[in-house]
Amino acid sequence: MKLSDLDIRLEPLPAAFPAWRADVSEWQWISAHQAVREEGGYLVALWGADERSRGRGFAVHGALATPAGLLCLVLRLPPVAPAFPDVSEIFPAAIRMQRAVHDLLGIEPKGAEDQRPWLRHGAWPADQYPLRKDFILNPSLAPEPDEYRFVAVAGDGVHEIPVGPVHAGTIEPGHFRFSIVGEKVLRLEERLGYTHKGIEKRFEAMDLLEGAKLAGRVSGDSTVAYAWAYAMAAEAMTGITPPPRALWLRALFLERERVANHLGDLGFLGNDAALSFGLAQFSRLKEDWLRTHHALFGHRYLMDLIVPGGVARDIDSGGTARIRDEIAFVRREVEIIKEIYDEHAGLQDRFITTGRVTPALAAKLGLTGLAGRASGQAWDRRVEFPAAPYDQLEVQMVTHRNGDVAARVTVRFEETLESLRLIGEILDRLPAGGIATTLGVAPEGALGLGWVEGWRGEVLVALHAGANNAIGRCHAHDPSWQNWPLLEHAVIGNIVPDFPLINKSFNLSYSGQDL
Amino acid sequence: MYQILKQIVKTGIRTERPPQPDEALRAAEQRLKAAVLRHFAGCLTIRHVDAGSCNGCELEIHACNNPYYNLEGLGIRFVASPRHADMLLVTGPVSKHMEVALKRTYDSTPEPKLVVAIGDCGCTGGIFGESYASCGRVANVIPVDVAVPGCPPTPTAIMQGILTAITARAGK
Ligand code: SF4
Repeated sequence: MKLSDLDIRLEPLPAAFPAWRADVSEWQWISAHQAVREEGGYLVALWGADERSRGRGFAVHGALATPAGLLCLVLRLPPVAPAFPDVSEIFPAAIRMQRAVHDLLGIEPKGAEDQRPWLRHGAWPADQYPLRKDFILNPSLAPEPDEYRFVAVAGDGVHEIPVGPVHAGTIEPGHFRFSIVGEKVLRLEERLGYTHKGIEKRFEAMDLLEGAKLAGRVSGDSTVAYAWAYAMAAEAMTGITPPPRALWLRALFLERERVANHLGDLGFLGNDAALSFGLAQFSRLKEDWLRTHHALFGHRYLMDLIVPGGVARDIDSGGTARIRDEIAFVRREVEIIKEIYDEHAGLQDRFITTGRVTPALAAKLGLTGLAGRASGQAWDRRVEFPAAPYDQLEVQMVTHRNGDVAARVTVRFEETLESLRLIGEILDRLPAGGIATTLGVAPEGALGLGWVEGWRGEVLVALHAGANNAIGRCHAHDPSWQNWPLLEHAVIGNIVPDFPLINKSFNLSYSGQDL
Repeated sequence: MYQILKQIVKTGIRTERPPQPDEALRAAEQRLKAAVLRHFAGCLTIRHVDAGSCNGCELEIHACNNPYYNLEGLGIRFVASPRHADMLLVTGPVSKHMEVALKRTYDSTPEPKLVVAIGDCGCTGGIFGESYASCGRVANVIPVDVAVPGCPPTPTAIMQGILTAITARAGK
């Protein structure tokens, strides 16, 4: 079955990359997912919307990456008892997204095997749905007792270790339930949703300009990626293009964010394998890097620099010179430490074969982003569907096939070096001119999509316009949705003490998927 | 091993000692060290709790331990259990789903205990505010001694917040 055989009318969407939307029937919803799978594509995001106030019912949206671009399927549903066919058999990554759609909108994934709540723990009743437009939380309703059925593993000598939500380190909260025999992990079941703080509902009280700040706080470590994806969506739906200099500066920020995070992770990965030298070295490089951000752009993590229409801060020749010196220095240092990491027997012993995800499993379950590229999944937004200025930058994609901690470390090293090269090239070719333009007006009901390769993986922002540039609905999608389930697989057969190392090698976002 | 030693020697000591460009940090560091010595027998232990943050504040808490700020060098350590902690460093608006866990963590921390709320979210609920899913500021859920604004607050501001909490309590 091919997408072109399905008799689906594809409407091109205005976007910074090739994108289409298509209204589909229930049957086409399934067969289009199937066709995309057969053509080698995958599910990027799945979200629901309440469109009753516009004289419609509900809707579910499926954003699919196809070899030609992004396809957004829209399945309209009735205002009463809305339900849509389960696609998790085709794309297992859909399981948790579908459960979230049910928690937030009361739209049921028909025939889905796992009907447990995902984002709802007990803060609101099971029969009320926060993303419905008529939702009002009744404060007198006592929170429901939170009883979650973990899958139990039976057998001789099997026991469970519950971990979290408050973890031992300075990290985000979530719960991990390990079933183990001796030291060996038989099964890991994650439970997330602890940091669910109503971000998507909050968007709906904002207009297109205000939403940018919130988008930059969906996952703080990826603030540039989110702010850019958000701005891209807002610009597409209002029909404007930021000035070229603004786009190049955005790429500068994005690559700097990638380097900052990779430097941090490379340090922690060394530390988790008992090489504290690595942490000391990388965290000083990272601190220098952040101080440059503060000195040149006024914020250590570059928050609020990307705004719909352009960017908020420019760079002058002094700033350019400082960055040039810095990238030359960081490159030398990273190359030295890389050699030390590569030749350190103790470190390599902990890294190699640990937490392995084979390319076959990665493809089947939809592993994406950095972790995906370490398991042979050659997808990088900057390469396949490069939005300006990446269409002029020729990013060298990094892929490895071993899928273990060592491969994820190597991808980080190589991507850091590539980003340093890109930063130099961006500075060389930075066009002159303005850095912002005013946002236009989005027609009510318009759909805007933004899709950006953040350091962790692809971030998608889908905006639905309300009246007068109000946000009707905003879905921000983190690559962690796809990758968390793979962590459950990666730890099987490993020993419990290797879990922190494996977890760190993925370094997934809690806040980004909990929303 | 030779390479490692060479790199260590070449890098030198990065911890910022007085005199240094950041006057505020220098003052904070010296006073912090003295206060920790005086009130906590030279060692203050902190348990961090992310009660719903965006992870931005966590990045800066991590930075406090980098060689520049070297919080541990001042006798301040992050510990794995609230039962070992003198102080809780709480980030985020408190999500409803973390409310119980935060209260339990607070209850597990032995008296006398200090609570420092970190970030605009910890101070006021920040951009997320109060909603069906968010309790808003940390003080809405547990008693707070000091709240440190910023989105996220810099490592210097976090260290100053810790200092303020110690000295404020000592003055009581
Ligand atoms: S204060 Fe800012 S950085 Fe900290 S959790 Fe809130 S939004 Fe994130």
